[in-house]
Amino acid sequence: MSMRTPLAKVRGLGSAKEGTSQFWHQRLTAVALAILLSGFIILVIAIAGRPYEQVIAVLGNPFVSLLLVLMIGAGVWHMKIGMQEIIEDYLHGGIKLIAVIANNFFSVAVGLATALALLKLSFGG
Amino acid sequence: MVQLTLPKNSQIKEGKAWPRPAGANNVREFRIYRWSPDDGQNPHVDSYFVDLDDCGPMILDALIKIKNEVDPTLTFRRSCREGICGSCAMNIDGSNTLACTKGIEDVKGPVKIYPLPHMEVIKDLVPDLTNFYAQHRSIEPWLKTATPEPEKEWLQSHGDREKLDGLYECILCACCSTSCPSYWWNGDRYLGPAVLLQAYRWLIDSRDEATGERLDNLEDPFRLYRCHTIMNCAQTCPKGLNPAKAIAEIKKMMVERRV
Repeated sequence: MSMRTPLAKVRGLGSAKEGTSQFWHQRLTAVALAILLSGFIILVIAIAGRPYEQVIAVLGNPFVSLLLVLMIGAGVWHMKIGMQEIIEDYLHGGIKLIAVIANNFFSVAVGLATALALLKLSFGG
Repeated sequence: MVQLTLPKNSQIKEGKAWPRPAGANNVREFRIYRWSPDDGQNPHVDSYFVDLDDCGPMILDALIKIKNEVDPTLTFRRSCREGICGSCAMNIDGSNTLACTKGIEDVKGPVKIYPLPHMEVIKDLVPDLTNFYAQHRSIEPWLKTATPEPEKEWLQSHGDREKLDGLYECILCACCSTSCPSYWWNGDRYLGPAVLLQAYRWLIDSRDEATGERLDNLEDPFRLYRCHTIMNCAQTCPKGLNPAKAIAEIKKMMVERRV
């Protein structure tokens, strides 16, 4: 049983002096995704069912590939922040640290794999 | 991990049914959570029957009547009986409120009464609010100034005074904090809606000179940013305040000072 005072427990290790950038970036990426996803949905409708060569040609357009790379970046960043919020809410102790590490690794790996696949197609398949 | 089931010794059993008042026509059942640290028993729900023709209109009137006339061991906090002290905060009919301002007629069927959720129970309807009060102390809820004190008083315009409306009315009953899932899961680190509303009350006070220092103290993924605008706080506040809005205003101040 701890004999620390209630105030000492509440003050704990003090304020982390951060958290606002995470909060701000979550909103920033949400706004970006609202725009980028609209473009993405239009693009998917436009190229759905087209032959492979035509799709490669569309993805070869620098504006189209820029839209998709931005969407992947914003999406993965948004996903990483959202998942971290859930981990911080529900997990405590050692398992939280493992989950935070895994979330970072997973987000970077998924983001890079998606971006590489897209760029490969954009540069001619 | 979040615990979704109660440990065996916390599971709530059916308790005693106390006798009905003789010759009464207008009887209402009160199902009340009971637990004592002294008898080693599980918590249980006792049934009491109150003659509403011989009782005041509020839930607190019935509790006092039960304690005086039926079961003197029933334990709860109460003081002002007019919604200004916050002592009789408890979970009535599924939501946190003050027993003294909640009418018996507002509840349909048996009146179910539990202590404030997810707090350690001292006895029956009395929760341990030590951590809650220490959290309030940690935001330093008093005027902080560096300018030498004026001879008469710190002045405030009418407009600046109005900014405290909807904040100063908070009586720290803890209904909001104990209704908040984020506070349930992280109550040791998240300050909770009541304390954050109090923090905002001092952040927005035009006479206070420690705004930046106060924001520094709150800027933390747990202290402030566990709020996910679930809004249980605003829905349950017995004084009709909106702690979620106050928290959103703090977050806006945080962004404003860096963007």
